[in-house]
Amino acid sequence: MTNEEILSRLKDAFPDVAFQVQTEETKDFTLIVPAGRLVEVATHLRDHLDFDYLSNVTSVDYPDRFEVVYHLFSMKRGGGVLTLKVHLPDKEHPEVDSVTPIWPGANYQEREVYDLMGISFRNHPDLRRIMLWDGFPGHPLRKDFENRLYTYKELEPTRPKPPNW
Amino acid sequence: MFEDDAIPVEKIDRNIFLTTVDWIYNWGRQYSMWPAMFGLACCAIEMIGASTARYDIARFGMEFYRASPRHADLMIVAGTVTHKMAPQVKRIWDQMPEPKYCLAMGSCAISGGIFKSYAVLQGVDEIVPVDVYVPGCPPRPEALFDGIRKIHQMVRAQSIKTVRWYGKEKKEA
Repeated sequence: MTNEEILSRLKDAFPDVAFQVQTEETKDFTLIVPAGRLVEVATHLRDHLDFDYLSNVTSVDYPDRFEVVYHLFSMKRGGGVLTLKVHLPDKEHPEVDSVTPIWPGANYQEREVYDLMGISFRNHPDLRRIMLWDGFPGHPLRKDFENRLYTYKELEPTRPKPPNW
Repeated sequence: MFEDDAIPVEKIDRNIFLTTVDWIYNWGRQYSMWPAMFGLACCAIEMIGASTARYDIARFGMEFYRASPRHADLMIVAGTVTHKMAPQVKRIWDQMPEPKYCLAMGSCAISGGIFKSYAVLQGVDEIVPVDVYVPGCPPRPEALFDGIRKIHQMVRAQSIKTVRWYGKEKKEA
């Protein structure tokens, strides 16, 4: 299935969704999906276009928006990557629907995005920080995060109480 | 009283030697110093290499890496101490019984090394008292042995009368 076929079939299935094809900055076929329609489009891609494998979820911090990037593959059909992107213009409270109900493998990766970039995922089954502990000040991969050195004592109040071994 | 219990006077001159309590006490501690078995990063690979047959840490009586900190005398902090790992490292140190020693192995454990980052503790001496620093990135096993010999020298210099773990009040070790 070529990229043009994928796009035309998506347009047939969702005539009201404005898909953008991103051509510059990337060699791969990249679709920009409106954030509100992500779950529908992703479900359609999985069920009807055989994109059964979500390889990667990551995020980018641009001056005017956050972007969540999904890399899809088809194990059934083979072939290359399909990149989905979602633009989140709200820099204060970026939020997008979780794709974990569609591809369970997104669970930890969305938690990582939540932890390091501070993007919330609606309907995520277990949205907690995954690398840093709950209470850590800030989201380190954001551009406005100040990379300062902490002493042990400074971070002590933020740490959860250790279990009694 | 059996005849065998009599002190064999003729053998005394060949079988008795004199030493000090300090010497025998420190000699025993020095040659059975067991490190706690944990490693945090790439320095741990060198520490493992130091315990293999090629470098053979067993020459110093240290071949038992104890999995329980309650058996350990020496904590080798081998690697980067992240802020997430730091409470656990501190906990291992707190669980070790006296007498205990700490060796910071490699740049990261000494000062955070190349990781000038929000995530990394800038030197393990912030949370535990470090006796010997072994620089390197990572240090060779020979360098680790040099640090271990420095700890042995510290042990040799201590006196059972003044060590802090036998006194009721805190004394200088």
